[in-house]
Amino acid sequence: MAPSHDEGAPLGPSYLDAERGLWSWLTTHDHKRIGVMFLAVLLLMFLLGGVFALALRVELLTPGETVMGRLAYNRAFTVHGVVMVWLFLIPSIPASFGNFLLPLMLGARDVAFPRLNLASFYLYVLGAVMTLWGIFQGGVDTGWTFYTPYSTATGRDLLPVLVGVFVVGFSTILTGINFITTVHTMRAPGITWMKVPLFVWALYGTSIIQVLATPVLGMVLVLVALERVAGAGLFDPARGGDPLLYQHLFWFYSHPAVYIMVLPGMGVISETVCAFSRKRPFSYRVIVWSTVGIAFVGFLTWGHHMFVSGQSTFGAGAFSLLSMLVAIFTAMKIFTWLGTLYRGSLWVSTPFAYVLGFIFLLFFGGMSGVAVAVTSADLHWHDTYFVVAHFHFIMVGASLMAFLAALHYWFPKMWGRRYPEGMGIGTAVLIIFGFIATFLPQFLLGNQGMPRRYADYPESFQPLHVASTAGASLLGFGFVIVAIYLGWSLRYGSVAGRNPWGSEGYEWLSDSPPPEFNFHAPPIFPRPPHEYGPPRADGEVDHAA
Amino acid sequence: MPHEGGARPVAPGASHFGDESSRQDAAHLGMWIFIATEVLLFAVLFTAYAFYRLTYPEVFQQGPAHMDVFLGTLNTFVLVSSSILVALAVDAVRGGKEFVSAALLALTVVMGIAFLSIKAAEYAKHVRDGALPGAWYAYEAFAAPGANLYFTLYWVMTGVHAVHVLVGVGVLVTLMLRTLSGELGARFHTPLELGGMYWHLVDVVWLFLWPLLYLA
Repeated sequence: MAPSHDEGAPLGPSYLDAERGLWSWLTTHDHKRIGVMFLAVLLLMFLLGGVFALALRVELLTPGETVMGRLAYNRAFTVHGVVMVWLFLIPSIPASFGNFLLPLMLGARDVAFPRLNLASFYLYVLGAVMTLWGIFQGGVDTGWTFYTPYSTATGRDLLPVLVGVFVVGFSTILTGINFITTVHTMRAPGITWMKVPLFVWALYGTSIIQVLATPVLGMVLVLVALERVAGAGLFDPARGGDPLLYQHLFWFYSHPAVYIMVLPGMGVISETVCAFSRKRPFSYRVIVWSTVGIAFVGFLTWGHHMFVSGQSTFGAGAFSLLSMLVAIFTAMKIFTWLGTLYRGSLWVSTPFAYVLGFIFLLFFGGMSGVAVAVTSADLHWHDTYFVVAHFHFIMVGASLMAFLAALHYWFPKMWGRRYPEGMGIGTAVLIIFGFIATFLPQFLLGNQGMPRRYADYPESFQPLHVASTAGASLLGFGFVIVAIYLGWSLRYGSVAGRNPWGSEGYEWLSDSPPPEFNFHAPPIFPRPPHEYGPPRADGEVDHAA
Repeated sequence: MPHEGGARPVAPGASHFGDESSRQDAAHLGMWIFIATEVLLFAVLFTAYAFYRLTYPEVFQQGPAHMDVFLGTLNTFVLVSSSILVALAVDAVRGGKEFVSAALLALTVVMGIAFLSIKAAEYAKHVRDGALPGAWYAYEAFAAPGANLYFTLYWVMTGVHAVHVLVGVGVLVTLMLRTLSGELGARFHTPLELGGMYWHLVDVVWLFLWPLLYLA
């Protein structure tokens, strides 16, 4: 792939050309190559999880049995959940774009521990293979939460899946350690804490959650494994144990895990919203501190998963209140993004379309989150499609939109090529529309009482299920188009040049694609990372492109 | 070229850190974060212990009477002394006394193995008594409801800890060999410091397990 020609002769081979051959990739310590390898495997996982999502939607097209029996349905939603949550969403943005960009954005040559970084990739692959092997050979039907006592009593072989997810968790921890250390010790001279790019701040907050929460999950999975192997009894009422302890420990990890999924996405949006409004962030500090706030409060909300489990009224009230605090920090972020857009010189591009989709869907999903955080309302909605719709709005509507925004925004940086912008915008509209058509009906279904995890339903729910399945088909179709035009652009896209968006982000100071050690010379960063010039009196700002 | 002025070429393959001290800072910070994750790993077990101690207060007070307090306390002495030895080994290598350091590490390893042997002797006794975890629990002398959970937690907590001791012994053996081979010395000893930190963590965790399981 040719490096950019628009700024004189190429200065040296890019990270893609520095070494050749499959072996040089598999043994690389280059954070950019590791990020790209993560991206490739993650997209494969996304495809797998997506295929099973569509299979579920097809089964739900008609009441009664459509294409699979009830056991097969349970297994299918387990594959969908396990793959999407553990193998795609949790590692998605940090492991791929985080790995690729974090050192670039800090002016560093690599992450602090490059070998650990590669180990993290192989642990992830190992864990993913074990999980998938386990899930398919065992026909696991527990859902992605492995709730006891069902997970200790089901006849399916759960052990490889538990170990696989444990190993993936280890990979997450190593990435988190690497990122925190890199941010602390590898910032180029001049990048003070308040000049750290917002995406890096988001990754930093995410890493703290990863490092503090994932060990808890790991130990819980070990205990469930012991429960299955030795009948440990800790979660088994027949032996004096308490299944609710499992739920507490599980959600102590898995609720913060939602912020592991969504915080990096918020970081992507904070970057792109500035780039495509040609404006400084409305308030850099508010974005930073709300990131830290979400990372902190995220640890105090797990009990809202147990409002109907016989939790004390006081406990439920406290968790309800603490859960709502997250909405305040999220609202601060949405406010700053809108403030950045306001009177900005908006550049309607593909990433920008996903930014708008993200803001709308996060707002909608977040507000429905406040609704289910109300204990009395949750009694009605608990374990219905309302909750399904809510968490899909956050985890798909927000995390996935941000993932797509990142995929398009940094595509020229990663490959040195551009993709057809018209196709991109059109597909973005299709995907956002498909998303709303899929999950909006599910709010209505849930409110009418359709429980989650059921393969069958009464006749009266069918119209909404048909609408949802139709939306899911559009969504799937949209992803196929994205895959086709991005795949095509990898080879045939026009050469991008160093900075096709005219962005002020530090990562664009390097070539596209960047050279092996990121910068040809030690970079000097005299200005903050989002220093778009002040708007002129008439509110117009130059487009650099 | 973005920054022509004063640009110096970056040698490929050179250390990606600006200088040696920031490399050491990074290594130490990384280790401290790793230790934090280890603490949280054990925190789950301490949470479960607290939860079941509240549920079965009598059982958890009577439980230690069925433990070998002498062996448990002896193990505490073994581990604390080994922690001192590791600290001395780090001090020795900083002062350029590589051989002394390696000898101290060897002593630490011996103590780690002694700890594991004592633990194994205790486990053997529990197996004879039938004081096994979970469904295998068959200890007739202590059959109150919840006693099985006390022993399950005992096995899981000390078992996870023993795995850490085993890993620590492996780490220390590697460090000893690297010191003897001249790779670690007065000029470069970061791995030895990190290994020492890990061994102290193992020690500190035991200092919480010991009172909870043997003395309470």
